[in-house]
Amino acid sequence: MDQHAPAGFVDYLARHEQKDLLRFLTCGSVDDGKSTLIGRLLYDTKLLFEDQLASLERDSKKHGTTGADIDFALLVDGLEAEREQGITIDVAYRFFATDRRKFIVADTPGHEQYTRNMATGASNADVAVILIDARKGVLTQTRRHSFIVSLLGIRHVVLAVNKMDLVDFSKEVFDRILADYRSFADALGFETLVPIPLSARFGDNVIERGEALGWYEGPTLLAHLETVEAARDTASGPFRMPVQWVNRPDLDFRGFSGTIARGTVRPGDPVVAAGSGRTSRVKAIVTYDGPRDAAVAGEAVTLTLEDEIDISRGEVIAAAEDRPEVSDQVSAHLIWMHDERLIPGRTYLIKSGARTVAATVTDIKHKIDVNSFQKLAAKTLDMNEVGVVNIATQEPIAFEPYATNRTMGGFIVVDRLSNLTVGAGMIDFGLRRATNIHWQALDVTKAVRAGLKGQRPVLLWFTGLSGAGKSTIANLVEKRLASLGRHTYLLDGDNVRHGLNRDLGFTAADRVENIRRVAEAAKLMVDAGLIVLASFISPFRAERQMARELFEPGEFIEIFVDTPLAVAEERDPKGLYKRARAGEIKNFTGLDSPYEAPEAPDLRLEGGAAAADALAEAVIAHLDRGGYLG
Amino acid sequence: MSGSRLTHLKRLEAEAIHIMREVAAEFRNPVMLYSIGKDSSVMLHLAMKAFHPSKPPFPLLHVDTTWKFREMIRFRDDTAKRLGLDLIVHTNQEGVAAGITPFTHGSSAYTHVMKTEALKTALSFYKFDAAFGGARRDEEKSRAKERIFSFRTENHGWDPKNQRPELWNLYNARIRPGESIRVFPLSNWTELDIWQYILKEDIPIVPLYFAAERPVVARDGMLIMVDDDRLPLGAGEVPETKMVRFRTLGCYPLTAAMESRAATLPEIVEEMLIARTSERSGRLIDHDEAGSMEKKKREGYF
Repeated sequence: MDQHAPAGFVDYLARHEQKDLLRFLTCGSVDDGKSTLIGRLLYDTKLLFEDQLASLERDSKKHGTTGADIDFALLVDGLEAEREQGITIDVAYRFFATDRRKFIVADTPGHEQYTRNMATGASNADVAVILIDARKGVLTQTRRHSFIVSLLGIRHVVLAVNKMDLVDFSKEVFDRILADYRSFADALGFETLVPIPLSARFGDNVIERGEALGWYEGPTLLAHLETVEAARDTASGPFRMPVQWVNRPDLDFRGFSGTIARGTVRPGDPVVAAGSGRTSRVKAIVTYDGPRDAAVAGEAVTLTLEDEIDISRGEVIAAAEDRPEVSDQVSAHLIWMHDERLIPGRTYLIKSGARTVAATVTDIKHKIDVNSFQKLAAKTLDMNEVGVVNIATQEPIAFEPYATNRTMGGFIVVDRLSNLTVGAGMIDFGLRRATNIHWQALDVTKAVRAGLKGQRPVLLWFTGLSGAGKSTIANLVEKRLASLGRHTYLLDGDNVRHGLNRDLGFTAADRVENIRRVAEAAKLMVDAGLIVLASFISPFRAERQMARELFEPGEFIEIFVDTPLAVAEERDPKGLYKRARAGEIKNFTGLDSPYEAPEAPDLRLEGGAAAADALAEAVIAHLDRGGYLG
Repeated sequence: MSGSRLTHLKRLEAEAIHIMREVAAEFRNPVMLYSIGKDSSVMLHLAMKAFHPSKPPFPLLHVDTTWKFREMIRFRDDTAKRLGLDLIVHTNQEGVAAGITPFTHGSSAYTHVMKTEALKTALSFYKFDAAFGGARRDEEKSRAKERIFSFRTENHGWDPKNQRPELWNLYNARIRPGESIRVFPLSNWTELDIWQYILKEDIPIVPLYFAAERPVVARDGMLIMVDDDRLPLGAGEVPETKMVRFRTLGCYPLTAAMESRAATLPEIVEEMLIARTSERSGRLIDHDEAGSMEKKKREGYF
């Protein structure tokens, strides 16, 4: 360094550069004093500056709950709404450092409806500090927090028994709480559990030892956090790197950029593209700072390979002699995070590593009561519920069990229409190896079958309210097609619900499964070369979209029979509206269950305005224009 | 435990690079907000690393309020040229035409028109669907809860109560046309981390960060540098030359200097370690009203 500076200070900086990083989360109930504890850590490690202190003193007078004293909680409760309500509502991240370590604290809310935030905070933490109010002891929330911490794979727990000042610093109270806690926490399999009695408000055992707690012989909270060996050993074990970005500055360079999830990589190592099974060797580890002899888990690098093999974003480059599992069906723990509940059978997107694939929950084995840890039967998962589920992905994914590697085993679930993150999952194991299900290559193809019939196979999907006229119109269209010599088949509620789908009812989940089976059956018929007509209420956009995606472009025609509810109800051909209005039928579309009208149907028929045969002619005309009738 | 544990700076670096690559891969038209300050310098350096040997696959955008220090503008242009990057400079011309300055309209209205509105206009005009910003969670309380991928509505609004959960290093990049994501790759860095990294990586920064003799006037307990003749002097105000530097760089009448003799990076870091005044107090805009940063962010400020 050519800059002039006190020599001792430059050494000091060099030492500080060698610090490592510990990420931990704090969890507790609203009044356990969690924010106060973090405020205290920030305050006592001297990371508060004068103006922050001035603002803290001002705020303490205005909103504080500690009388004339400084309210440390105000230091960390950031958003206006929280300040007014005096509760923490979202995950907040805080930073402090000592001479040994830099710390990132995820401060997560304690009350029930925000379980999802705790999972978020826990996902990147290696240690959890679970707060207990000494006056209240182990509460339901304590059990819930411990369960989620364990579920997200945290192996090191600090049990911070706070507010010891309010129980006369009693050792008996502390011992009783610890015994209560161990009675259920032993089952959660934490590697270390360090109980610490403390008073965040007065600072006892946070950083300095508390004199009133002289009977306690263990470390203070900070001393423990500074020394606990909690980092996962991700650098050993077989090499895995999800490819984020293909690096192609020019035709002469083709690199694969990503963050190493596990293991160590060196030039010359034999590697495999896990999905395609193609193998090569690492040619170089390219970085801005020059080529490297080795790179380990956690580092962001760019690899070049000896052979030109086709690798795109989402592929996993892995050690050739020790490959990750590849499957399109996995068993996983799933946390649901949205107030619109999980619908089994609905197609969601899951993002795992750098890969996003369409996926469905095919089976909920059970849900787990996060308070009692009991397994309960479940047909769906509500917000903040945890279940063990089977998931089928549209394409195989490379993964490792979450317990082995967080990066290779964690995934998020995204709703395809709202784009919101609605769930998070942890893969436990694969259900079958994708390599066993390679598609049989067939000689007689769809084109051959269609050619024999002299027609272009297509699916006409009629959607609309009950009584809209779907089946009537579809019937007329089928007759016209038959008269034109076309080979057709009509699927509707009546012929499907009595056979293929007779085990399904009318809940949202069953409606989704109903449509999935119909779409799959229609796909086989289109494959057989038929013109298929499907007439189903199919109220949800997501399922119609799912059906559409099973088909090649141009093979799926969505026909919206747009009849106003009043007209359909007036017609009421089967008397169903009357019964639904009388309360005899639940979940009736248009009444107590929603109908999501298509936003851009291929064809819209005004069911209230024209006669059925005119509408059927409109469908035929549409097919003719589209070249389906030859 | 294996001996290959990464230092905290290495981990922060890898995290930022990972985030940038996700954005480059998932978005159609990303941009990097470049404010010329030290955090922007670090962010840009990380972008050079993330895509090497390619150039970062996005342009830089500077929202120029016309009230930046002259040295900043010079540094900005030199940097873009040195690295061979596309630089878009956007100024709210309507604001300029309306004669809006920090003196005539107050810092709050000025910031709204020349920064917040200007930024929104630029993002909409170029149809950027992702914008990197150098904000850090340790800067300010409302930032502490912001996601790394922070969703914005079509009107660039931020709803702090309705943020997407963000787990592991899996970022949800899905948006509808018109919506966008603000991305903060330096979320987990502190001011000290930034300085240590600048020192370790030898990253060029605007000379204003180093102490030098500069003309200043004392105003409301802050030292305001007289960068040109546009600064109206009050009765009895006479610029005097003092040894000062800046901890943070914004618009010159709104950013205060501090007296300092720290003229090298190690000296700055040393001063940091014993500093007792947090970074944003040098920016006048945060003092306007309680919760003012959260309010600005809801409206679309970075």
